Amino acid sequence: MSLVSEFTKGIYKENPVFRLLLGMCPTLAVTTTVINGIGMAVASTFVLLGSNIIVSLIKNITPKKIRIPTYIIVIASFTTIADLLLAAFAPALHKSLGIFIPLIVVNCIIFGRAEAFASKNTLSNSIMDALGMGFGFLLALILVSSVREILGSGSILGFSLLGPSYNPALIMVLPPGAFLVLGLLIGLMNLLTHKSATSACH
Amino acid sequence: MKPLLVTPAPHMKSKDTNARVMLDVLIALLPATVAALFFFGFNAVIIILTGLISAWIFELIALKLKKAPVTRADLRSASITGLLLALIIAPSVPWWMVVVGTFIAIFIAKHAFGGLGHNIFNPALIGRAFMVASWPILMTAWLKPFDAIATATPLATVNPAPATYLQLFLGNVGGSMGETSALALLIGAAYLFYRQAIEWRLPFAYLGTVVVISLIFRVDPVFQLLSGGLMIGAFFMATDPVTTPVTKPGRLIFGIGCGIITMVLRMGAGYPEGVCYSILLMNATTPLLDRYARGRIFGYK
Repeated sequence: MSLVSEFTKGIYKENPVFRLLLGMCPTLAVTTTVINGIGMAVASTFVLLGSNIIVSLIKNITPKKIRIPTYIIVIASFTTIADLLLAAFAPALHKSLGIFIPLIVVNCIIFGRAEAFASKNTLSNSIMDALGMGFGFLLALILVSSVREILGSGSILGFSLLGPSYNPALIMVLPPGAFLVLGLLIGLMNLLTHKSATSACH
Repeated sequence: MKPLLVTPAPHMKSKDTNARVMLDVLIALLPATVAALFFFGFNAVIIILTGLISAWIFELIALKLKKAPVTRADLRSASITGLLLALIIAPSVPWWMVVVGTFIAIFIAKHAFGGLGHNIFNPALIGRAFMVASWPILMTAWLKPFDAIATATPLATVNPAPATYLQLFLGNVGGSMGETSALALLIGAAYLFYRQAIEWRLPFAYLGTVVVISLIFRVDPVFQLLSGGLMIGAFFMATDPVTTPVTKPGRLIFGIGCGIITMVLRMGAGYPEGVCYSILLMNATTPLLDRYARGRIFGYK
């Protein structure tokens, strides 16, 4: 696989949220506003990139039996770095993301890519994989959080979009709204993929 | 030669089709609808018409998208959902909220789960729960009958003295449109029993549990029975053949569970009413009850 296709597969074909169904916890929890979604995706991409690089570099010296604790220590280190950086330079975002920043350590996208990709591939491929997956995660979070912020607050990125006469549907910023939006978007993706797959056969 | 038909139990034959049973439910809802129109006038006309028409339109769109044929049963089922949803919301609710509610009920609660006969949860109740979670203030702006003055539902008032039993029985109190008149709902329920469209176990286990818990905790059982959505819930929603158990012990357990959850929510939760959530929560147990709460199998000792 070329470097470009390592990057682009994360956007649609193997999108972590809509295709691999990984990282569901941050996708459901922090997507109440677009800015939260972007912040979470950027922080996760940073951790993913760091862990993919290190895991790929140490793949030959990591004993198979303790590879999982090793990956977890690598991921936890980068999560701590991201946590402290956000607290120092973006305290407002750090506060609104709250517990979900330390929880990046258990984000299945990061561990999944370390185990399934970086531990078996070259450094350059692992970097492109991390960037592609991170970008796909970013697009997915923007999509989910846009729907939720527009319907649930009538605004996007904090700017009023639908005017004061719009009566926001509170459920969209509550947990049930997250499940509804995510489920419907995955259904829509499946519909689109199914359509293109069947038309390719004819 | 006729092909051999393999179908799941029960194998009892009946002249009544799905469409006929649904027509019975619609007929049984007529008294409550008339009571809603009588007490809440023009508001009720708008809400009921919006509920029915939007339910038909969404049903037709959903069937068209699924490339399924439009049958009489589909349209009657959509009518029941639209009408029930209109009857369990406040008469002051704006029309566009009713449209959103029926959209959620028909599209999400019914067709996303596979359509008529496959939905896990009662569509009308899902529509209402969505509206309560989305617009809690607009959904609880109750009106006094006849003169359209804002008032509290008797369940939400601290001292239930203002509403007499007679007022509660006839429906001359604030509340959701079709829920206020116990009399109209009982007439409808009597018709359903006469037509054998519903079975006694579930509604009476439900109402009986509410009475027993009221007596244990020393709250007025008659008031608990007559107020809120208990009557419409017990006779029209908890008896929905799709989302409730088919076995006799299952129905008893379902009714008792609904009664317990309703009373817990009424006495101890932030919401004044618990009927909607109690039935939805018990809907989730239906597959389990159908599997384990079975009666004695014929022929076994």
